[in-house]
Amino acid sequence: MPLYHNDDQAMLKDSVAPFVAEQAPVAHLRSLRDSADATGFSQGLWAQFTEMGLPGMLVPEAHGGLGMGHMEAGIVLEEVGRNLTPSPFLATSVGAVAALAKAGGTQASRWLPAIASGEAIIALAIDEGAKHRPDRIATTATRAGNGFRIDGRKSFVLHGHVADMSIVAAKTDGGITLFAVPKDAKGVTADPRRLVDSSLASHVTLDGVEVDADAVIGEVDAGGDILDALLAATRTGAAAEMVGVGQGAMDMTITYLKERKQFGKLIGEFQGLQHRAAHLYGEMEVARATVMKAQQLLDEGGAGAKLMVSVAKAKAGRAANLAVREGVQMHGGIGMTDEYDIGLYMKRDRALAEFMGDVHYHIDQVARMNGY
Amino acid sequence: MSELDAFRTEVREWLAANCPAEMREPIREEGDVCWGGRNWVFKNDAQKAWLEACVAKGYTVPDWPKAYGGAGLTPEQTKILKQEMKRINARSPLDSFGIWMLGPALLQFGTEEQKVHYLNPIARGEIRWCQGYSEPGSGSDLVSLQTFGEDKGDHWVVNGSKIWTSYADKADWIFCLVRTDKANKYQGITFMLFDMESKGVTTKPILLISGNSPFCETFFDDVEVPKTQYVGEINRGWDVAKYLLGHEREMISGGGAGGDMVSIGALFAKSLGKNENGELDDPILRAEMAAFDVDVFAYRAMGERFMDMWKTGRAHPASSNMMKYVGTELNKRRHELVMSGGGSEALEWDSEETKGGARPRAWLRTKANSIEGGTSEVMLNVIAKRILDLPGA
Repeated sequence: MPLYHNDDQAMLKDSVAPFVAEQAPVAHLRSLRDSADATGFSQGLWAQFTEMGLPGMLVPEAHGGLGMGHMEAGIVLEEVGRNLTPSPFLATSVGAVAALAKAGGTQASRWLPAIASGEAIIALAIDEGAKHRPDRIATTATRAGNGFRIDGRKSFVLHGHVADMSIVAAKTDGGITLFAVPKDAKGVTADPRRLVDSSLASHVTLDGVEVDADAVIGEVDAGGDILDALLAATRTGAAAEMVGVGQGAMDMTITYLKERKQFGKLIGEFQGLQHRAAHLYGEMEVARATVMKAQQLLDEGGAGAKLMVSVAKAKAGRAANLAVREGVQMHGGIGMTDEYDIGLYMKRDRALAEFMGDVHYHIDQVARMNGY
Repeated sequence: MSELDAFRTEVREWLAANCPAEMREPIREEGDVCWGGRNWVFKNDAQKAWLEACVAKGYTVPDWPKAYGGAGLTPEQTKILKQEMKRINARSPLDSFGIWMLGPALLQFGTEEQKVHYLNPIARGEIRWCQGYSEPGSGSDLVSLQTFGEDKGDHWVVNGSKIWTSYADKADWIFCLVRTDKANKYQGITFMLFDMESKGVTTKPILLISGNSPFCETFFDDVEVPKTQYVGEINRGWDVAKYLLGHEREMISGGGAGGDMVSIGALFAKSLGKNENGELDDPILRAEMAAFDVDVFAYRAMGERFMDMWKTGRAHPASSNMMKYVGTELNKRRHELVMSGGGSEALEWDSEETKGGARPRAWLRTKANSIEGGTSEVMLNVIAKRILDLPGA
């Protein structure tokens, strides 16, 4: 497969890009923020996503979805990033779908059709501390009656307070097991916190939560592979969204360089700024290619997918971070004002960079995967 | 089995049968690279056999038409051939400015007669070419070049000098930018080809900080060039040169990805040792090498995307400038890390164990990457102007 969008993918982009830009531009995020919305995203917008068939893009056709791939999901995520659109797409339609589709079984049959129809919002309860360390899960699930009793604390759970179901990673006797914990399960408390980018993420407490045996996603003790699939998909998706955030910030900045005058000249005429802008362009293009390569390898089930996912999350993280920092700096004083959008890009980049492993985590992963 | 899968199988079998074991070793020294040409002396029988096998199959220039010595492969087939050669670590059968630079320009701008006449010998490695672009005083600013060809009816008489002409002392022919109209800065340059044995051509190697002399000064003193030996239109050599520079940048930027798939951290973990956690035993160097590896893997993805887009006409014409900029800066970073990882051993300039100081010489050589073929600053100017459309750039 060539590493550019084929005709079908280009058509998808042509329909998704104007849709997101018109229905959920940055002003949409502002209005949610300014109204102190308690959900974290607009249900109305999610209904529109559903009309477009977007929530079930990655859901296999047998479960009512479109059976598309990560390359296609990335097209949506880039536009979501470019417009700073709050939505449950990344966690629900990418991360949760990857895990459920990989696991199959009861929980897949229960939730995948509901995701495809836009009815179910899913949260990913993986992280437990301030930094992403999925290899150090302390939450436990012990056998009790016909099922399990889950105890632990999760953090950085996007949509945790409104999700219909949370995928909870827990330690069992012989390994890691993933559980589908429904919203109304007794003993679950979600404490939503407003983050720097105005999104809401919860601290979730699981205090003696009892679930049936069929709440297990996949097999008991064998959740590692499913967790890996969830992580690979969500990280790649976050990287695609970051490419959108970086591109959005860069486009705003380049436009500004062509409009703003200082010392009697357009500031875009100054070579000092031109070279920095051109350098940023190169970094963004490399990041975009890398994210596409990771999407392609995930879609093909290719060897080296895991490595390229970490490369993509790290590279997109670096490039988008450069884009937002240069964006604020090149805008000058106005870039520091709340009124101007560029600062919102900086905030979203910070949150996405931290989500599912920051640049340093993934650079370290690359070293480990290469045996050093 | 799809057609491409069948092709892959065919390529694998052909390589297994035709690529000698000696040609599956990494390039270790200059003589390992086969440049071809009238005076070429093969390093060993394997180098000769490998070139001849590839020439017979059209695999020195796989994507060129068969009529010009290629194999007529599609972009997908070419990619498969490259992947399969890389898989067995096959050396390039022939490195050549004719293949990388002149060939693509002739395919684009040459007459049918020129294509047949020049491309076949290039594909067979019979003529070694050099490039005459830069002049003293005209480095990246090529439109200021002064070498002049005076119109004498059926031929030009060329006078002037070129500098940084790679391997001019070893080349058989030169492709050269010559001013043919002094009044017009841009549209007064002609792209000429001529034999380096022509009367009036002399070359002088330039000693570099690496201790090597890959570049020369080249002097033209009343050199006669027949009017049949130009490419494109007279006075429109700039069109050809720009097209060709795109290919040159592609080639130079390829260096950023390095020769093989081994990560630099993995390479140095062996010599520097690992701690009890299995990590390279210098945490800061490990972090820098891992960050570099991320950039290399990422750049490779960009290289693949660039080639896929370039071959199907999707790439922005100036994207080769971006590739050149990113790739050469990356390659310089690689060699800084190689020097750090090598420690005091990497300082040895002429010992036998260090193959004559190969590492420090290579490190110094890479400093030219962001100068030759247009400096990094010129690349950034071009990106700012042609891709980002910034004002006054």
